[in-house]
Amino acid sequence: MSETTVRRAGNRVFIAAVVLACVWVLLPIYLLLINALSAPAEVTGFPKRFWPSFDLASIRFFLGFKGVTSALWNSVQVAVLTMVMAIGAGAPAGYALARFDFPGKQAFRFMVVMTRAFPLPLLALPLAVLFIRVGLDDTVIGLAFVHTTLALPFAVLITYSLFSGIPYELEEAALTLGCNRVQAFLKVVLPLAAPGIAASAVFAFVVSWNEVFASAVLTIEHRTLTAFLLQSLDVSPLPLKFAGGAALVLPALGFIFAVRKYLFAMWGIANR
Amino acid sequence: MAEIEIKGVGKTFGAFTALHSIDLTIKDQEFVVLLGASGCGKTTLLRIIAGLDSPSKGEVWIGGRRVDTLPPRERGISMVFQNYAVFPHLTVFENIAFGLRMQKLPQAEVTRRVTRTAELMHIEALLKRYSGQLSGGQRQRVAVARALAMEPDVILMDEPLSNLDALLRLEMRAELKGVLAASKTTTIYVTHDQVEAMSLADRIAVMHGGDIIQAERPVEVYRNPAARFVGSFIGNPPMNFLPATAAGEGRWQVAGLTFEGPRVAAPQIEFAIRPEDLHPADHGFEAEVRVVEPLGPHTLITASVAGVVMRAVLDSTLALATGDHITLSPVADRIRWFDLATQKAIA
Ligand SMILES: Nc1ncnc2c1ncn2[C@@H]1O[C@H](COP(=O)(O)OP(=O)(O)O)[C@@H](O)[C@H]1O
Ligand SMILES: [Mg+2]
Repeated sequence: MSETTVRRAGNRVFIAAVVLACVWVLLPIYLLLINALSAPAEVTGFPKRFWPSFDLASIRFFLGFKGVTSALWNSVQVAVLTMVMAIGAGAPAGYALARFDFPGKQAFRFMVVMTRAFPLPLLALPLAVLFIRVGLDDTVIGLAFVHTTLALPFAVLITYSLFSGIPYELEEAALTLGCNRVQAFLKVVLPLAAPGIAASAVFAFVVSWNEVFASAVLTIEHRTLTAFLLQSLDVSPLPLKFAGGAALVLPALGFIFAVRKYLFAMWGIANR
Repeated sequence: MAEIEIKGVGKTFGAFTALHSIDLTIKDQEFVVLLGASGCGKTTLLRIIAGLDSPSKGEVWIGGRRVDTLPPRERGISMVFQNYAVFPHLTVFENIAFGLRMQKLPQAEVTRRVTRTAELMHIEALLKRYSGQLSGGQRQRVAVARALAMEPDVILMDEPLSNLDALLRLEMRAELKGVLAASKTTTIYVTHDQVEAMSLADRIAVMHGGDIIQAERPVEVYRNPAARFVGSFIGNPPMNFLPATAAGEGRWQVAGLTFEGPRVAAPQIEFAIRPEDLHPADHGFEAEVRVVEPLGPHTLITASVAGVVMRAVLDSTLALATGDHITLSPVADRIRWFDLATQKAIA
């Protein structure tokens, strides 16, 4: 075999792998969309049409279903709180990691990642017991705390790489031009970091939005949408599941797509 | 008035001592260059004066005020950084105006000063641009304009020309000298480039291993190095050194010749001569030519004298080839002597 045939064969394998990966990811989303945008009768029918009928009956049924709107509202509340807390605690930590040498820096970085090493099912029961004891069970803020611990490592890592990418000399230049430390941060670092911080906030939002296990265990009355759908999975009709699934997946997908550049940066992949 | 006094300043990073004990007084409006090889502590000293680092010991005084515990903004200094540090999210105008806005100057005054310094640095056409749309040389000009607009008592520059290409560096060097002389500020300028140092400085402070070895006028530093290191660091090619053995009564044996020298007790010292102070003559060092480099106005030769490599800058009309034997005579009043133990010059 000549070198070119080998390369061509390699190319074919590569293309096939890419197609497979795309189908793997896109097919379920496609089916989800088709069914969510079809009339309830069509959802159970087969074969499927290639284009959905854009019948909003399923969506309307989903939104009118008892408990859905309040679950949606809970999801939004928890996610927003998570976003605020994760960035509020994560960005300063990221800044400290990027700018200062302090004893235990390595250990701290390790611990940040380690928080993700404990599976949530393992923590859920003790957490539930603790939450009941302190009165945080079945509250939006209590769940937001749990989601914050999940989102925090990402917030720290993204902002860490973000602040590392802003030369310290810029801040020092601001210091010699009349700023104190806080002013130098606000006038120089923040404007440069703002898009990235927004991206990492969006990511924290999505982490909370998609989380189901803690939500199902720690809330009863104040369920988030994920927990609500999980709970009513066996009792709800098929159109409701599809519409709910779409309502969950689409915002998350849209957000992640919007901030992909910064997530790549976090993993050390070159921009774009 | 901004005289700068550095009194016994030392700096340690953990177990590593970057500065031992620096003493230096810089007069008002003086242009002092800190010159030394990479890693000798120039930047560290400059940052301590700026207030970006704090000294481990010693005091810094600017204009009669002790400043070493004050933040940078209260010291009356501006700094030009090696990588320019032009703010990427601001236009050139806003970069230059940055410090003026921090002082809450009225808009009219801000515009006046930005326009004037921009004209001075020939960047008035760039005021609306962002740093991403500028070349290295233009960024450099913005950085200098931003520092000048503050009308500081002291300007600190850390290798401001080192990132420019050779031609631009020459041009900027001459321009900087003019602009800074007109601005009447006290300037401390860091460089590892001896030509830059010689051409800019009122006074050169030669640094080595965290110490200032000599701080004098450029010609003085060149002609009368206070230590062997200064002679070997400044000058291209550097000073030549030969071992000298005592022959009694202040006479010294150097590569088969006898010279009048200092009256010291040491059995051995070092003889030193600049390459341009060696001339072909009937009587002198027997040298075997190893390399001949015609440089246009002069010819640089590398030769071996009593087994030691020496360089001489000779007239370019001289026809020399590798392997030739010539006799090189040192100019008597340009000979310098160094102590072997202390490495210092012997008067
Ligand atoms: N923050 C620091 N931590 C540890 N060592 C440092 C630090 N800054 C400088 N040094 C060391 O101090 C010495 C002097 O550094 P510097 O002043 O930057 O040298 P120069 O500017 O003359 O090249 C170098 O050996 C450098 O490695
Ligand atoms: Mg340096």
